[in-house]
Amino acid sequence: MAVLSEEQSLLRDAASAWARERSPVAALRKVRAAASPLGFDPQAFAEMTEMGWAGIVVPEEFGGADFGFHSMGVVLEQLGRTLTASPLVASSLAAATGLRRSGASALQAAWLPKIASGEAIVALAIDEGARHNPGAIALRAERAGRGFKLNGAKRPVLNGMAAHALIVAARTSGAPGDAKGITLFLAPADSANLSRAELTEVERRGAASFIFEGVALGAGAILGEVDQGAALLDVILDCARAGLSAQMLGSAWEAFDVTLAYLKTRVQFGALIGSFQALQHRAAALYAELELTRTAVEGALDALDAGAPDASELVSIAKALAGDTFRRVANEMIQMHGGIGMTDEHDAGLFLKRARIDDMSFGNAAFHRERYATLLGC
Amino acid sequence: MFDVIDPGENAWRAEVSAWMAANFPPSLRGKNATRYTTDGAFADADPDFQLWLRRVVEKGWGAPTWPVEYGGGGLSAAEAAIINEEMLNIGAFHPNRTYGVMMLGPTLIELGDEVQKRRFVPPIARGEARWCQGFSEPGAGSDLASLQTKCIDGGDHWVVRGQKIWTSGANHAHWCFCLVRTDTSVKQGGISFLLIDMNSPGVEARPITLISGTTHFCEVFFSDVRVPKENMVGGINRGWSVAKRLLQFERDSLASGRAEEPALAPIAKKHIGADAQGRIADADLRSRVIGNDMRLRAYVQTLRRSSAEAKAGAGPGVPVSVLKNLGAGLSQERAELMVEILGQRGLGWDGDQFSHEELEAARAWLHSKAFSIYGGSHEIQNNITAKHVLGLPAAQ
Repeated sequence: MAVLSEEQSLLRDAASAWARERSPVAALRKVRAAASPLGFDPQAFAEMTEMGWAGIVVPEEFGGADFGFHSMGVVLEQLGRTLTASPLVASSLAAATGLRRSGASALQAAWLPKIASGEAIVALAIDEGARHNPGAIALRAERAGRGFKLNGAKRPVLNGMAAHALIVAARTSGAPGDAKGITLFLAPADSANLSRAELTEVERRGAASFIFEGVALGAGAILGEVDQGAALLDVILDCARAGLSAQMLGSAWEAFDVTLAYLKTRVQFGALIGSFQALQHRAAALYAELELTRTAVEGALDALDAGAPDASELVSIAKALAGDTFRRVANEMIQMHGGIGMTDEHDAGLFLKRARIDDMSFGNAAFHRERYATLLGC
Repeated sequence: MFDVIDPGENAWRAEVSAWMAANFPPSLRGKNATRYTTDGAFADADPDFQLWLRRVVEKGWGAPTWPVEYGGGGLSAAEAAIINEEMLNIGAFHPNRTYGVMMLGPTLIELGDEVQKRRFVPPIARGEARWCQGFSEPGAGSDLASLQTKCIDGGDHWVVRGQKIWTSGANHAHWCFCLVRTDTSVKQGGISFLLIDMNSPGVEARPITLISGTTHFCEVFFSDVRVPKENMVGGINRGWSVAKRLLQFERDSLASGRAEEPALAPIAKKHIGADAQGRIADADLRSRVIGNDMRLRAYVQTLRRSSAEAKAGAGPGVPVSVLKNLGAGLSQERAELMVEILGQRGLGWDGDQFSHEELEAARAWLHSKAFSIYGGSHEIQNNITAKHVLGLPAAQ
C-alpha cells in the first residue's frame, strides 16, 4: 500500500476497525432483510458522519476536514472490504466536489455543511440509458420565464431513494453528443413534477429512477455556467469513479482473502485444496491483478489531489482495472468455494453481485478503455 | 506521498549532470544499452563505448555503491540513483551494468573471503573482467538443484567435468561463476560455488542459435578443467546458499525500475490509420492495444510504488515473483501487438525490403518468448508467490 501520511494511517485504522466491528458483511444482510428503500443503514451512516467521513473532501469553512481524495479513498477501501452500503461515494465525495468546484456560493453554503454533517444526501442524476454515456444526455432544460423547466428521465440514480437533492445533468442547448450545451442543476428531490421510483436490483441499494415532467428550477439552481457544464460534470464523474474504484479495491481484496483462507482450510482427497498447483497459480495471478489495481487506484486519487492534467486518464485506468479485477476475483471466489459458494448463505454471492453493479456504475471497464483511447486521440 | 528534498542532493545532482554533459559521447545516445553490456564482441568493437566506459570507471562510478577498498565508488544508494537518473536524462546508459556488477560483485563482497574480494571485485568495478553465469544444465533448468556438473578433489586443485547451458555471453567471457556438485549424496547440500577461468584448458563455449537469430546464449563444456582451490566461494558444499543470495541480487536489479515506454496506441494509429472519428481503424486491435497501454502504465508505476514503499519502510514492496510475471506478460503481449500492428510488414527477417523498425519488431517478438522462461519461469514464479507470499501449503 502507498506510503500514507499520519492522518491517512489513522483514517485507515479507524475505518478498518469500524467496518469490522460495526459493519461486517452481516450488516449488509440486515439491510437487505429490512428491505428499506434507502439501501443502507441510516444508523451506520450516522456513525460514519459522526467520525467526519462525510466531510473528508468538504472545505473546513463548510464543516469538513478537507483531507483530500486519497484520504477519502483510504476510508472507502476499508468500507469496501465489508461491502458496507453508504452514500459516501455519490454524495459526500462526488456531489460535494461538484458543489465545491461550481463557484455557486449560495448553493455551497446551503448544501455543503449538510452533506458534511450527514443531514443531507445529494445524488447524481446523470445516466439515462442502459449504458453509461454522459455524452448522450438528452433530458432537456428549456428556458421558462427567469428559470428553466426540465423534462426527461434519469436512471439509475445511485442512492436516489435516499436523496434530498439531485445534481441533474441536463441539455440546455444543442443535441445529444454535443460537448457544449450541458448544464448542471441542483434539484430538490421533493420538487413538484418530479417523481421517483425504486429500482430493485440484484443488490438492493436504494437506486432510483426519476421522471421530470416540467420540473421548474430557478437560475439560482445552476452549478457553474449555462451550457458549460460538461467540464464540471467530468470532474464530478471522475471523483465518483475514483472513489468507487477505491471501494471496489477493498471489496476485491476481501474476496481474495476469504478465498485464500478457504484454500488453506478445505480438505479434499486427503489434502488441503490450497496445495493443488492449479489453484495456487490462479491465486497467484489474482494477487498480481490486485497489486496492479492498487497502483492504479492510488495513482488516480493522487492525480485528483494534485489537479494533474492527466488525472482523467489515470481515473479511467483505475476504474477499468478495478472493474476487471473485482469481477474476476468475485467469479473465482464462487468457483473456488464450489457448491457452497452458490448458496445465498455464503457471502460469495454478495461479492459477485456487488462486483457487477460496481463495474457497471459510472462506466464499466470497456467504457473506460474507450475513454482512455479517446483521451489519447486514438 | 512525501518527497523529502535534501539541499545536498541538489548540489550532487548539479555536479553529476554537468559531468554527464561534458563526458557522454553523443553517438551513444539512445542506443540499446543491454547489447553493449552483454555482448562482449559488440562492446569491444565500438571505440565510443570504450571511451565512455573508461571515463565512467576513472570517475570512480564503475560500481558506484561498492566499498572503495574493492574498487567501488563508496557512494550511497541515493547518490548512485541520481547518477542513473542523470544518465537517463541525457539519453545515456551506465556502461558497466554487467553480470559481474549486478550479481557476482555484491555476492562476493558479502560472502567471499578477503583474497577473493581483493582479486576479483576490482576488475569487475573497472569493467575489465567479463563474467558469465554457469548455472543451468540440460537436465537442470527449473530444478536447478538437480545439477550434475562434477567437481572432484584433485589434491591441490579442483577438477570440473560436465556441461552448462543458457550461459549468456560465455564465448566472450573471461570468467565463469559456476555451480558444481561436490557431493552426490545430497541435493542442495552437495553444491559448491566455483570461480572458473574461461581460458583454462578444457573449457569450450558453443553459441546456441535462438529462434530470434541471436547467438548470445551458449553451451559450455568442462572437460577435466583444473581450478585453484582458493576459487571456491563460501566453502565446500555451501554453494546453494551463495547461489540463493546471488539470485536475490539478480531479482533486486530487475525490480529497480523500468523506463517509461511510449504508448502503443499512437504507433498503432500511425501504421493502421484512423476512421472518420480519429480512432485506430481496426476496432478489435485498438481495444487490445489500449488495454496493454493502460496495464503497462499501471505496471511501470507499480515498480516505483513498490520501491518507494520498501524505502519508506511502509512494507516489503510488491514481491519480485509477482512483478516478474506481470512485467514479462505485458512485454510479451506488447511484442505480439507490435507485430500485429505492422501486419505483413512485421514478418521480415532481414534485407532492405523491410525497414529497421519492422525487422526489430519481428526479432523482438521472437525473443520475447524467453521472458516467461528465463530468470525463473512463469510457473516457478507462481509457485514462489503461492508459497512465500500467500502462504499456501506445499504443492501436491
